[in-house]
Amino acid sequence: MSLTQWLLTLASIGLVLLGLLLIGAIMSYGERRILALLQDRLGPNRAGPFGLLQPVADILKLVSKEAFVPPFADRMVYTVAPIIVPMTALLSFAVVPVSEDGWLADLNIALLYVLALSSLRVYGIMLGGWASNSKYSLLGGLRSAAQMISYELPMGLALVGVVMLSGSFSLREIVAAQELPFIVLQPLGFIIFLVSGIAETNRLPFDLPEAENELAAGYNTEYGGIKFAFFYLGEYLGVLLIAALVTVLFLGGWHGPWLPGVVWFALKTLALILLFFWLRTSLPRLRYDQLMDLGWKLMLPAALFNLLITAVLGLFWMKG
Amino acid sequence: MNKQTPTLLVRLWHSLWTTLRHAWAKRETVSYPEIKRPLPGRWRGRIVLTRDPDGEERCVACYLCSAVCPVDCIHLQATQRDDGRRYPETFRIDFSRCIFCGFCEEACPTLAIQLTPDFEMCERSHDELVYEKEQLLIEGQGKHPGYNFYRHAGVAISGKAIGEGIGDTPPVDHDTNLP
Repeated sequence: MSLTQWLLTLASIGLVLLGLLLIGAIMSYGERRILALLQDRLGPNRAGPFGLLQPVADILKLVSKEAFVPPFADRMVYTVAPIIVPMTALLSFAVVPVSEDGWLADLNIALLYVLALSSLRVYGIMLGGWASNSKYSLLGGLRSAAQMISYELPMGLALVGVVMLSGSFSLREIVAAQELPFIVLQPLGFIIFLVSGIAETNRLPFDLPEAENELAAGYNTEYGGIKFAFFYLGEYLGVLLIAALVTVLFLGGWHGPWLPGVVWFALKTLALILLFFWLRTSLPRLRYDQLMDLGWKLMLPAALFNLLITAVLGLFWMKG
Repeated sequence: MNKQTPTLLVRLWHSLWTTLRHAWAKRETVSYPEIKRPLPGRWRGRIVLTRDPDGEERCVACYLCSAVCPVDCIHLQATQRDDGRRYPETFRIDFSRCIFCGFCEEACPTLAIQLTPDFEMCERSHDELVYEKEQLLIEGQGKHPGYNFYRHAGVAISGKAIGEGIGDTPPVDHDTNLP
């Protein structure tokens, strides 16, 4: 590649990175305002117009805090763990196609790449909980590991239906194949993927690794300042990633009448993000055994059933 | 699928619908600096020293408020006027320690020290929260208008001490009636 190409690539990476961080910051503000809206409160409305500068204030506060490492923590792992979480989410965005020609990388195994990164994400949380060397953190980290394993299986299986229908692992080709959004052809797969996605991002009602009521703050109990900010950023980027993936895989990505593709993509993603916030304020946290029951006894068989139906029907249609 | 699944879905939807309806409900938050809710009259806030109807200080510097204060935030120094009436030379309340329990108000025999419905007294340093007598003493009578301690206790005049008037009981010597 020539120098210009390198520079262009670097510039686009920087731009996307900056944009994602900005979206993550805005989401932290938006979530608080929407939770407040649904809970008869006002939410942050002091910093700037409508409190829009609240993320700036939050970031300034977190950055200016002491970079404290507890004396009983495993220093190296403790420092590295919070970086893993947002990094995996950021890396995943490289393959998410925003519009017909708006994507950074068109991997032919994009779906596997995304699943692999979302599996790596658990290392950040689990190691963070382990390295903190406190019982709350450890319990949070262990729960996180158990939860990820239980929900990655149905998540992956639900995606096999999508792959069967589109005949490709490339996210761009999956969207291109959706003249009819896959939510119509794969309603069960959509629900399974959405629920697993919520569980993967540790959002309520599946936020057992964090579980404020039982575990103080779960895996990030011992974290503060910029390291805590990284965990937080990772959580919001994870929500954004799952929303974007559901849009790409089931809601038809950029497809839609009248408006340009990017706008359709943004609207669908936004609607899903709002759904995440809505679920958070509405549903109580599952108990640990309920979580395992749901994952292994309901979601996994349902995902297998969905796979079977898709395979059989697909076989007949392709023959005919 | 277990038997509970349909009801579970109904319950899920019920939760979601309930929170969604609250989007249009009245906000419970009061935007405080712009909107100030009226405080009840018995609110225990900033402490003041009041005056009697004649405009004299009610405080007789008996030290009861200082003694009862659980956090020891009241400090005063008694002195005497030429006519024998006691008053505090200095009166100092450290509001950075005060817990606004109101014990001083209950202990005060002359209804001099009173708590008022005002809590907006933030400062940037502890020193500024130490209120001196000039800051505590107000011109008015506070919650008990018309009350004058000396109307009940009496005052000594020339040739006649307290308790020597007709129908008076002599004052108790508080050094001899200790338990």
